Amino acid sequence: MSKEDRIFDIFNILLIVIISLLVIYPLYFIVIASISDPNLIYSGKVWFFPKEITFEGYERIFRDSKIWIGYKNSIIYTVIGTIVNVALTLMAAYALSRKDLYGRNALMFVLMFTMFFSGGLIPTYLVVKDLGLLNTMWAMILPKAVAVWNVIVAKSFFENTIPNELLEAAKIEGCSNTKFFMKIVLPLSKPIVAVMVLFYAVGNWNSYFDALIYLNNENLYPLQLILRNILIQNEAATQMVRDVGSLAAQQRISELIKYGVIIIASVPLLIVYPFVQKYFVKGVMIGGVKG
Amino acid sequence: MKAQIDIPGKPARQIYSIKRRKTWSKILVNYELYLLLLPALIYFVVFSYIPMYGVLIAFKDFIATEGILGSPWVGFKHFETFFHSFQFWSLIKNTLGLSTFQLIIGFPLPIMLALMLNQVRSEKYKRFVQTVVYAPHFISIVVLVGMISVFFSDNGLVNNLITIFGGKPISFMAQPEWFQPLYIGSGVWQETGWAAVIYLAALAGVSPELHEAAIMDGANKWQRILHIDIPAIMPTAVILLVLSVGNIMNIGFEKAYLLQTPLNQPTAEIIPTYVYKLGLQQAQYSLATAVGLFNAVINIILLIAVNKFAKKLSGQSLW
Repeated sequence: MSKEDRIFDIFNILLIVIISLLVIYPLYFIVIASISDPNLIYSGKVWFFPKEITFEGYERIFRDSKIWIGYKNSIIYTVIGTIVNVALTLMAAYALSRKDLYGRNALMFVLMFTMFFSGGLIPTYLVVKDLGLLNTMWAMILPKAVAVWNVIVAKSFFENTIPNELLEAAKIEGCSNTKFFMKIVLPLSKPIVAVMVLFYAVGNWNSYFDALIYLNNENLYPLQLILRNILIQNEAATQMVRDVGSLAAQQRISELIKYGVIIIASVPLLIVYPFVQKYFVKGVMIGGVKG
Repeated sequence: MKAQIDIPGKPARQIYSIKRRKTWSKILVNYELYLLLLPALIYFVVFSYIPMYGVLIAFKDFIATEGILGSPWVGFKHFETFFHSFQFWSLIKNTLGLSTFQLIIGFPLPIMLALMLNQVRSEKYKRFVQTVVYAPHFISIVVLVGMISVFFSDNGLVNNLITIFGGKPISFMAQPEWFQPLYIGSGVWQETGWAAVIYLAALAGVSPELHEAAIMDGANKWQRILHIDIPAIMPTAVILLVLSVGNIMNIGFEKAYLLQTPLNQPTAEIIPTYVYKLGLQQAQYSLATAVGLFNAVINIILLIAVNKFAKKLSGQSLW
């Protein structure tokens, strides 16, 4: 290896290490800050390790019922929403992947067009309102039941992995299209099912916008909306610290609660993420092939 | 008709369709596929196409009891109101400014990261770095903005760091000039790693023989990146660039809205947040729809123009 290449490698590795640290440090800091004495964080004494470990923040969070209602709602919306999302997407994608589907291009255009033009916020809101979905669970699920991009990804997966001969053979055996889809295509398509479940589940878990516009009943709020009130609007946090004496102390403890809440909200994703990362990457790549 | 379909085996059906050559038979043969497609199609009609029809209220004075059809036509009144409003130019400037800066800064970084990662030879180390840099992508916008607000608060991590180095604390969240850097910086932190995935995939497709031949000719790593790797990811980059330029007015509502404070409005108010406030908080349905439509039309014009331009220049295009 030439001298130039060795210098290149050293710089490259160094830069990558710095980038990784820049990405990981904020996340790490949240973890240590959530269990450190808020006064020490406030005065800038916590940098690399937690100091004066306290679980007061978490205790207050666990005592607050709103967060847990939000958690429950988010789980419900994510599970039901993802089932609807994946079922509709795979069914549509399979039908569109079949070359013998009459009017395939026209149907594809009907879907693709919505990627580039939409009615916009207000007309969509009016539709949801007219259907009587406001303030119901279904407002969290139906308005984003299918994502066009995911249909394209799944469609190109089917096109590339289900050989035409298989379909021909099944047809000769007298197998119907539905049976073929359920009994042969789906079992062969586990990777794309995993990809779709993950893409949609993360999207559902993380979304707050639909809840913001379609819900105004606190008992239906998903976790993200509760988080917004705590983290950004400082609402709920002040309620959780009412018993604390001085205003300054209240403020510091509500900061502590914020760190804890960030951790609690991210725990489900942080736990599964390392195991499922490869499926996400696979999904991007399947989509990327077709572009 | 159903009897026709249930005849087992393909030949009978083929003969049938050749004989009649009727559209109907082609559809009926695969009626189950249409049934599979139906739920998604209903979804798109209800939640995408009916709202497109609902855009008509931009040209009407929408009265809820009269419905979309019954409300009186007013032509371009709402568009004129918007064009003449004192916020018009600042909204355009904020929206375009934010997305342009985001594109200029956010677009090249994933390419650079992918090129760098591609040069790492230890697979284990590479995978570890990838796991780290992809992680922020999965954090929700709410949590991201929550992190920004704790890190950049008056006594947050960043200001503590500034004080250590003898600087003066800055009220990041309250100053209009800090809105764009915070928005774009946090976007870079969150998305650069994930956006590199697609380039890494393109780089993985480069034939090793090309590199071997180049090494034989005495090319160093830097030269090989310039002359092999970059040309290899060009097609992907062009398509992604077309998509992002075409979406330049489509900057997300979600993060901007959360990052807004009463004090940073002069730079933080962008068209999507304005539409939300106008429409859903003040119930000015028609005016808000007009503003949204204006935005969508500019977007689609941009997309078509950029796509044409890219097609001419590099032969790459979306359609």
